[in-house]
Amino acid sequence: MTTTLVERRLQHTSLWPALGVVALVVSLVASVFVGAANITVWDALTGGLTEAHRVYLVEARLPRTAAAALAGASLAIAGLLMQLLTRNRFVEPSTAGTVESAGLGLVVVAIIAPGAPIVAKMLVAMVFALAGTALFLACIRRVPVSDSFVVPLIGIMLGSVVGAVAAFLALSRDLLQMLNSWMLADFSAVLAGRYELLWLVAVLGVLAYIAADRFTVAGLGEDVSTGLGLDHKTVVAAGMAIVAAVAAVVVVTVGALPLLGLVVPNVVSRLVGDDARRGLPLVALLGAVTVLVCDMVGRSLPGLFAGGAPGAGEVPVGTIVGILGGAVFLAMMLRGVRNA
Amino acid sequence: MPETAILSAPPAGLIHGRTRAESDRRRRWIVVIVCAVVAVAAIAALILSGLPATVGSRAWSYSLDRLSRHAVAIVLVSVAVGVSTVIFQTVTGNRILTPALMGFDSLYLLIQTMLVFFMIPRDAAVIGGLTSGGLSGFLGQTAIMVVASTSLYLWLLGGRRTDIHLLLLVGVVFGVFFRSASSFFQRLLDPAAYLQVQDAMFASFRGVQLDVLVACGVIVVAGLVVVAILGRRLDVMLLGRDPAVALGVNHRKVTIVILVVVSFLVSASTALIGPVMFFGLIVANAAYALLGTTLHRYTLPVASLLGVIALAGGEMVLGALGVESALSIVIEFAGGLLFLFLLLTNRAR
Repeated sequence: MTTTLVERRLQHTSLWPALGVVALVVSLVASVFVGAANITVWDALTGGLTEAHRVYLVEARLPRTAAAALAGASLAIAGLLMQLLTRNRFVEPSTAGTVESAGLGLVVVAIIAPGAPIVAKMLVAMVFALAGTALFLACIRRVPVSDSFVVPLIGIMLGSVVGAVAAFLALSRDLLQMLNSWMLADFSAVLAGRYELLWLVAVLGVLAYIAADRFTVAGLGEDVSTGLGLDHKTVVAAGMAIVAAVAAVVVVTVGALPLLGLVVPNVVSRLVGDDARRGLPLVALLGAVTVLVCDMVGRSLPGLFAGGAPGAGEVPVGTIVGILGGAVFLAMMLRGVRNA
Repeated sequence: MPETAILSAPPAGLIHGRTRAESDRRRRWIVVIVCAVVAVAAIAALILSGLPATVGSRAWSYSLDRLSRHAVAIVLVSVAVGVSTVIFQTVTGNRILTPALMGFDSLYLLIQTMLVFFMIPRDAAVIGGLTSGGLSGFLGQTAIMVVASTSLYLWLLGGRRTDIHLLLLVGVVFGVFFRSASSFFQRLLDPAAYLQVQDAMFASFRGVQLDVLVACGVIVVAGLVVVAILGRRLDVMLLGRDPAVALGVNHRKVTIVILVVVSFLVSASTALIGPVMFFGLIVANAAYALLGTTLHRYTLPVASLLGVIALAGGEMVLGALGVESALSIVIEFAGGLLFLFLLLTNRAR
């Protein structure tokens, strides 16, 4: 990214963060009040709620909203870190084998120690996610950086090999349905007491923000960053640890959100450039807003459709994010095709 | 048949009184024959191992009927996948792009789901006819599939020399996109219709209806006839666009014909067993490796026969282990590894 001083000035205008915050507030409020039970904002503010509605709000709506916002923000940050550290615009947890490795870890725990507490499950998933990501990094060392399309391909295929191992294990122990629920996010089962571990990823997001400048420098490549006095290997390892932890926590609590970490950082880098310190808060905001909106769409679509058949459930948010992400990803690449 | 000088090594002296080209040819035909024998043996073993002991009983004739349908389905799928993958790789001039990797079969699923979704009124009988194998419904779907996929991939592959990895990535993401879109529509269906689409998605060989088998058989045979008519022009296509044109082959026309045949064959195989991501990649590359040539008169039969061996043999082995339903997972695992190997060792071309 070569930018003139004037452009840099323009990028510094803090219009985007303000817009992002407004969008986040609007979608948070909307997410709490959109749905089957008719709770109005007015009632909630003036205390005119029935007891049942109050319980529903606190036990289901607020947790669901929080979970969507946290999962979206953290996965978008994870995508940003991966793109910086691999120096490739098309890498994110679902195109690097990270998500599938976390799933494999979960299957292994479910087989070996079915009664393990959820924190233990997360730790194992995290270790597996880290190992999978390390394997991916080892593979992509063999391809020249300029070959930017090979890197996500390798990641996707690595993911499908790891996923096949997980599926095989799951099939032999009748865990296939469980595995599928991990591989596609769905917030309809989020209730108070079942999602709180997601607040962990907020901590990880803050960590990423504190170390943002180091990640930006690391993104300049090993030689440059070492020349600038950065311990490149440690920074990359730390970044990947954050990514693996985020992926593991999100997969365990709500399920995977495919391609979200690819779309959001790319949109943000168009708006404000590639400085992680400036981009990271925006990435988090936009990630949260995207998932909140997709979740609301998935919640209300079946009811809106003329053919909304009785018994048709919600559309899982993972599906909607996948469609959106796939479309944006294709658009990004096909620009490349046309320019070829 | 004399080999054309372009496509084979020049005779390098005599080996045991035969030229190099002759001994190559002999070796390749031996590979074809051995594959054929093993494939027939695998199919026979599959049928015999499933039959009850008492010959002629009602259980026996019922089993024989079921197993022979099963065997026919295996053969049809293997031929469809083997042939479609090899000729697709001929058009695209590499060894790593396959119709399945480019999202062909997930497109088929999307078309199927959308047909069910937009059928108004949602009559269960009509949906059943569409998805679980009414002949007319199947042919209608195939027609839509051929138009959609040919236009999509002609636009993607049409003539431009694009980066192969980019193409692959676009294909893979198309696949993800189509699959997400299918599951989106499935979620909006009512549960009864949803079950029917799901049945169609995970159709195994076992529940294949006779009329779908017949329809697929007709499609596969027609595809083979077209391939036979193309004949040596396929080998010339391997040389790339400009040499092929210089040798008098209408490159664009043959490309379109091949893409249409590929869409037909993919429709047939997807209708029979659902999507199989890496199966074609495995059999095509195994055929090239065994034969040491890319001449179609060897690769097409060997790729198809290897498919039969893999499916019939794989089912027997996994059946003995008690995990019969894992065949697609095993194929996915092996194929993914092969794909990574091809990608990392740069043997894509």
